[in-house]
Amino acid sequence: MDKYIWLIPILPLAGFVINGLGRNSLSKSVIGFIGSLIVLVSFGLSLAVFFQVKSTGVPINVNYFTWFAVGALKFPFAFLIDQLSAIMLLIITGVGFLIHLYSIGYMHDDEGFGKFFAYLNLFVFFMLLLVLGSNYLIMFIGWEGVGLCSYLLIGFWFTNPDYADAAKKAFVMNRIGDLGFLLGIFSIIYVFGSIQFAEIFPKAATMKSGAGPLLIITILLFIGACGKSAQLPLFTWLPDAMAGPTPVSALIHAATMVTAGIYMIARSNILYTLSPFTMELIAYIGLATALIAALIALTQTDIKKVLAYSTVSQLGYMFLGLGVGAYTGAFFHVLTHAFFKALLFLGAGSVIHAMSGEQDMRKMGALKGKIKTTFTTMMIGTVAIAGIPPFAGFFSKDEILAHAYAHSPIFWAVGVLTAMLTSFYMFRMMYLTFYGKFRGTHEQEHHLHESPPTMTIPLIVLAILSILGGFIGVPEVLHGHHELAHFLEPVFHKSNEILGEHHLSESLEYALMATSVVLAFAAMAYAYMKYAKNGSVPVADTEERPALTSLSYHKFYLDELYDFIVRKPLDWLSTFFYNVIDKLGIDGLVNGIGRGTIETSKGLRLLQTGNVGFYIFIMVLGIIAVLLYSVFGLTKI
Amino acid sequence: MESLTNTMHAVPLNHYILLSTIIFAIGVMGVLIRRNAIVIFMSVELMLNSVNLLLTAFSVYRGDATGQVFVFFIMALAAAEVAVGLAIIVMIYRNTNSIDINVLNRLKW
Amino acid sequence: MTVSILLFLPIVAAVITALLKNGIAKHAALFFSVAQLVIALIFLSKFVPDASTQFVIDVPWISSYGIYFSAGIDGISMVLVLLTTVLVPLIILTTYQHQYKNEGAFYGLILFMQAGMLVVFTALDGFLFYVGWEAALIPIYFICALWGGENRIRITIKFFIYTFAGSLFMLVGIIYLYLQSPDKTFDIHNFYKMTLDVKHQSWVFWAFFLAFAIKMPLFPFHTWQPDTYTEAPSGGTMMLSGIMLKMGIYGVIRWMIPNAPLGFFHFQALAMILGVIGVVYASIIAFKQKDGKRLVAYSSIAHVGLIAAGIFAWNIAGVQGAMIQMLNHGINVVGMFFIWDIISRRLNTREIDQLGGIAKVAPRFAIGFLIILLGTVGLPLTNGFIGEFLLLKGVFDFSVQHYVNLVLAIIAGLTIIFGAVYMLRMYKNVMQGETNPLTATFADVSGTEKFTLCLICVLVIALGIYPQPILHISEAAVTQLVNQIGSKFTM
Repeated sequence: MDKYIWLIPILPLAGFVINGLGRNSLSKSVIGFIGSLIVLVSFGLSLAVFFQVKSTGVPINVNYFTWFAVGALKFPFAFLIDQLSAIMLLIITGVGFLIHLYSIGYMHDDEGFGKFFAYLNLFVFFMLLLVLGSNYLIMFIGWEGVGLCSYLLIGFWFTNPDYADAAKKAFVMNRIGDLGFLLGIFSIIYVFGSIQFAEIFPKAATMKSGAGPLLIITILLFIGACGKSAQLPLFTWLPDAMAGPTPVSALIHAATMVTAGIYMIARSNILYTLSPFTMELIAYIGLATALIAALIALTQTDIKKVLAYSTVSQLGYMFLGLGVGAYTGAFFHVLTHAFFKALLFLGAGSVIHAMSGEQDMRKMGALKGKIKTTFTTMMIGTVAIAGIPPFAGFFSKDEILAHAYAHSPIFWAVGVLTAMLTSFYMFRMMYLTFYGKFRGTHEQEHHLHESPPTMTIPLIVLAILSILGGFIGVPEVLHGHHELAHFLEPVFHKSNEILGEHHLSESLEYALMATSVVLAFAAMAYAYMKYAKNGSVPVADTEERPALTSLSYHKFYLDELYDFIVRKPLDWLSTFFYNVIDKLGIDGLVNGIGRGTIETSKGLRLLQTGNVGFYIFIMVLGIIAVLLYSVFGLTKI
Repeated sequence: MESLTNTMHAVPLNHYILLSTIIFAIGVMGVLIRRNAIVIFMSVELMLNSVNLLLTAFSVYRGDATGQVFVFFIMALAAAEVAVGLAIIVMIYRNTNSIDINVLNRLKW
Repeated sequence: MTVSILLFLPIVAAVITALLKNGIAKHAALFFSVAQLVIALIFLSKFVPDASTQFVIDVPWISSYGIYFSAGIDGISMVLVLLTTVLVPLIILTTYQHQYKNEGAFYGLILFMQAGMLVVFTALDGFLFYVGWEAALIPIYFICALWGGENRIRITIKFFIYTFAGSLFMLVGIIYLYLQSPDKTFDIHNFYKMTLDVKHQSWVFWAFFLAFAIKMPLFPFHTWQPDTYTEAPSGGTMMLSGIMLKMGIYGVIRWMIPNAPLGFFHFQALAMILGVIGVVYASIIAFKQKDGKRLVAYSSIAHVGLIAAGIFAWNIAGVQGAMIQMLNHGINVVGMFFIWDIISRRLNTREIDQLGGIAKVAPRFAIGFLIILLGTVGLPLTNGFIGEFLLLKGVFDFSVQHYVNLVLAIIAGLTIIFGAVYMLRMYKNVMQGETNPLTATFADVSGTEKFTLCLICVLVIALGIYPQPILHISEAAVTQLVNQIGSKFTM
């Protein structure tokens, strides 16, 4: 099997080349077929790799060639497939394939169909590179590569300047994180003299907890993760990224790319375990992000924006998990989140498709009967994300919350509060969309239709996964075996040893679960009362909102704040540097020297009066000066 | 020759130097102050002759004839100079009806 | 086989080309430059990538003053010879759409300039180096002054006097070294062996530094550059930015630091800070530029600032990064100016704000633009990444070793953020959005343009995917140089 691993990323790359070159000459069905099939083959290969790793329990290491070498330092192009990357491979290619399939239907009428599939294939390639890399540099290639694809796909409809801006914003914000990552890589090379995971982690494990270099490295890497995984203060690009086509939002901005940060930290778990300060920081940032994003999601009216903020909030959850040492829990949530969030986004895409491109929930309503499959599957996704057992989200969320409680009950309280908010805004979205009265135009009503099978089949598959996905990690309290934890044990082994087991009594764990479930139900019931039964609809943009609602609706004015403290000063600085310092200051000095020479010579020229007597006078003065100097000067006056 | 040297030695060298310095200074002042070309010309001659005097004095004082040879050269040169210089002055006069050197200020910036 | 054929062929070619008629001259120039490239590749194939200097020619020239015509190629020179010989045909190709008046003279001057630059990159004799240095300046002066834009005369004179003033300082430095050398020759190896004290080395350092800093240009000696790049004809701009500024960088590696190591280490921090300031300063200025060429000019200052900072860090990563980045920056900047040449030739404007939506009407052009842009912002798997990575690593190591903190590295690293900001802003305003009446009829690239653009894109991606061969060329030479200086004079 080892021999064929390179095929896993190369196939999507080949797909990119074929679809990219043939975007105008190949027919849409051929492009869609090639694009999807190639990812499916990759998925098959990934499955084979997964089962090999599962049965042998030994990570696969394949070394291809030295990418480049500087001095004694070599940067090998090598892949490492252990339990962690094996699962990621399955998510990327599996969910990726479903979304490719879905795109065939969703993008069918778009003139950029070929381009879209080319980009999507390219994204899969880079994402696979990211998880396959056996060192930080290969990971970084994938890391930046997915950023590029994200840029290309957000700006897919680039004729709209707002979309182009959103793409630019995503790229730039990611780059801020990338700088942190890059500096982290340099620090790692400096401290450990290598970038190979296999060489770094054993060395790191021998360092003592809280060591300075580890602190710097982990914080720098975490900055990278913040950018890619949309955490405070770098999360504002993700909601804007919804400008891209919906399958992109599902694949890149929900299921795979944005979880790269969690993957990276989980991969480097030993470094983090040994720097408790960074762990604490991650937990706080994760918690704050989860809460703030959830608060913003409460009042959004764009169906995709709600899901976007929900994604940010869930990512915050995962970081909370990482921060409190629940590596397995966080990764578990990555997995389940990939299922239900991809499902929700694809469902939303199906709704938008049915509504002829309408995304505003204020103009929807009563779609339940019209698009039954979409409704059912989305409802499953919503229940899963709300943390209602036995759906997938419940188990992963519960594991994170249990760890949070063991770490600090306050973390748990905020976490549960966020979970409650999640349940509320998700059901709010469902009720606004599918219940009540239809609020759209007649034309839209006339066109309402269920999506074609290429779109509904992925929905159904993902819905099934959202129902069953949680059972791979049923905790022992509920008489499960937590298969996932056992499978991932080799990866987190060292960290778990250092962190130790958290001990919550069985009854306490039941109580915690019960609390979160009850609160989730309560929030659901409240949403039902408010939006389904009473049929209240968020006010139009022209009307006044209460202050708090307005704050939430306008995303706490974070974009405006960044504009004010970063963009405006930089723009001002740019003008200032150019007009004042560069043109007046430095160039003024340079030109001043030139002009000074001219002016001086203009002045000196006047000495040439043409009056012979004056010349002689000056000459005599000169002679006298020379005489005086030769007589007195040498002997010091 | 011997007696002449002795006679010369009767007058201290300093006197010769002083005299020729005075004459030279007069010449310089003449050149600087006067505007009449002919007067300036004469002042130049004055300076030349003061130098001649000094050369002769030193020559005798040191008993070395080289200095007096120089003097003859200078005299010959001065004669040539006078010829050329006066010719120039005549030409200037013909052109400007004046020998005031301040009129000749067209060679400037 | 000696390097002389590489140095004299372009001179012969220049003379022949200059005598040819319009219409034939550009083909002849292309032919000669490709021939030159082939010769360079033959050299490369015979080149042994160790630290030695190969293909040496060493004949007395003006023997009464110890001046030799002495040139050769080592790893460092080889990369730059490649840069020159690859870029010149590329640049000639990019000008194919232009109908220059007096074409023979134009291309003759470009070939002559190539000769001068090759002399600079291979010279082993101080005098020869200086001659090449000035010989390269004269053609570009005429290219700018005769075929440039509206303000060309004023700008060109400023450019010429500024750089010339700088090189006079260098001449003083060279002559000083010559006078100090034990056997009174201009031989670089003799210079290397000398051990002056810190004070005198500092003077030598400043003499060279001024010349090279102006040529690169390094902040705050850069103000001639945006004007000149904007006014020069695109071929001239490419010669200047693609190859000529590398003379300054090469000079730092070959002439400045090894000849005055103590002086350099004395002022290392200052030089480093100037480089890093240049990165941030020029990037910030580039944010709000309205003229496309001027924006690229400022971005070039930022990139060169980073290259300089990497060299001043004086460790293997930094210098190796500089070597490969010189090549890659050359390719990318030629690509960028070619993009702007295409736009301004079609639309007669370079005002970014007047454009928009071109990607919609010219998708092939958009792809080319995007690939070159990605190379410029240093995305992995494009050529810009590897250089930027190594340079930043060099700066980082220096920063950690000398100041025990990361400030310098973080500031220098801002380039990857700022670069993305101004480049994407430009791309968005030019290519994205809706078309306007001006851009609606923009014709997509075809023919020679398409071919040239493809060629540049292929280089961008190929060098990004597998940079090791290029790094390998200079590896041994750089390692030896860095270790030699480092071990002999550690502060």
